[in-house]
Amino acid sequence: MNFEAVRAIYLFEMARTWRTLLQSIVSPVVSTSLYFVVFGAAIGSRITSVEGVSYGTFIVPGLVMLSVLTQSIANASFGIYFPKFVGTIYEILSAPISYFEIVLGYVGAAATKSIVLGLIILATAGLFVPLQIHHPWWMLTFLVLTAVTFSLFGFIIGIWADGFEKLQMIPMLVVTPLTFLGGSFYSVNMLPSGWRTITLLNPVVYLISGFRWSFYEIADVSVALSLGMTTAFLVICMIVVWWIFKTGYRIKN
Amino acid sequence: MSSIISIQNLSKTFGSSFKALNDISLDIQRGEIFALLGPNGAGKTTLISIICGIANISQGRITVGGHDINSDYRAARSLIGLVPQELHTDAFETVWATVSFSRGLFGKPRNPAHIEKVLKDLSLWDKKDNKIITLSGGMKRRVMIAKALSHEPQILFLDEPTAGVDVELRKGMWEVVRSLQASGVTIILTTHYIEEAEEMADRIGVINKGEIILVEDKATLMEKLGRKRLKLHLQGKIDAIPPQLAPYKLELSDGGCELTYDYDTKGERTGITSLLSDLRNAGIRFSDLDTMQSSLEDIFVSLVRTSAAEHTR
Repeated sequence: MNFEAVRAIYLFEMARTWRTLLQSIVSPVVSTSLYFVVFGAAIGSRITSVEGVSYGTFIVPGLVMLSVLTQSIANASFGIYFPKFVGTIYEILSAPISYFEIVLGYVGAAATKSIVLGLIILATAGLFVPLQIHHPWWMLTFLVLTAVTFSLFGFIIGIWADGFEKLQMIPMLVVTPLTFLGGSFYSVNMLPSGWRTITLLNPVVYLISGFRWSFYEIADVSVALSLGMTTAFLVICMIVVWWIFKTGYRIKN
Repeated sequence: MSSIISIQNLSKTFGSSFKALNDISLDIQRGEIFALLGPNGAGKTTLISIICGIANISQGRITVGGHDINSDYRAARSLIGLVPQELHTDAFETVWATVSFSRGLFGKPRNPAHIEKVLKDLSLWDKKDNKIITLSGGMKRRVMIAKALSHEPQILFLDEPTAGVDVELRKGMWEVVRSLQASGVTIILTTHYIEEAEEMADRIGVINKGEIILVEDKATLMEKLGRKRLKLHLQGKIDAIPPQLAPYKLELSDGGCELTYDYDTKGERTGITSLLSDLRNAGIRFSDLDTMQSSLEDIFVSLVRTSAAEHTR
């Protein structure tokens, strides 16, 4: 195991966060605060409660997930796409470092950033609404699992993208709609039964449901299913990354 | 000398048909400066990329320091420092950060003293806190070299190290390369500047259309293929070369005022004495003469032409 190399990549990526502090941390916090103002205070005041929890409080886990998902993908995809774009990837490829170590460095850094960000947003939310976390360890488990999974997913997008447009395409056209329709702002149980079935095809539903359960013990689907689906998605991403490095897809040649 | 890099029957195919490298076998000796010459698109960079792990092998086997570059890539790559042709840099990083990053990437523990030495040797010390984006092209090139040297490699690949570098800096670069060789580093450089190979290399390999067409000691190569040319500036203009001078295969140029004679330096008899006496007998007088040794460039051009002709045959 080349720990020095993993450390070098990890610290390099983390340094990029500090360099781009406004973009990496401040802007997601600002936009999340806006969500609280709009949905929590303005609209939320007209909605009494969802499954026994006040609306402002109800949307907190969904909002945290929204940021963690999008930031994981954005960080990891940009982290690996940029060296490809400017050509500095030559050094990574020529270094005595395994694929696993490369992924560990990039995905580890991207996941760390989005976990920190998630916790910051959670703290920000605490300023607007009263929060309770029934199962803090499960909350952290879901947070870490989601951050890692979607950082891996972002890593895949970063390797696949051969232009900035493609880099933005999947997050904008696929992930954002899935997140909004995945129960960030409502309980899936509030939907008519037909829509509810369709919604259950959306993997984000399971992430948000499990995460929300760790806060308020209310869930759209069972916790075991949430955990199972999240882990399944993690495994799929791992297999794709393994295949990418095995074949050299869009990295070598 | 023992070989430090051994390439056996290496082929590289891009897509389904384009063969960038064709059955290359080559040994690089420990401690030498090996110059790889070839026209654009000959396969120089592809060859280097494969040895360094940036591109996959299609066929064949490569060992570096006795380690297979695929099955034992960690050991193989640890020995290599690569300075690519293009200036790929992290524009917003400082010189110090980027060079230290390279050392870490190659699994070496932090060693600020070594980084300091490398930067000082390359005259980059006073720029260590500058962002790379603020540096000139020549300095960026040196940053690339510093990155490659940060992890104390035994082998250094320099892909077109002096492309776009001014004459003064180029000479400085040559000095750096020589001192590296003195410290025991094996150097493989590709270049377009023949004078660079002529100046620096111990051995020269010529690659064209994905095939190694020649590997030779520089001195032997110059001797073997080196020809000399004698130019005679005539006192008066002549219309044609007299028939009795035909065996010398002279060329008449400069409107009949200049005769050119090509001869082999390795032959015991160059034929100059008899040519001069035959000229006198033919009544041709000359006012001046000069001789020229053919350069590596001439050798290179003629080699590539021959190989191209063989290809089209």
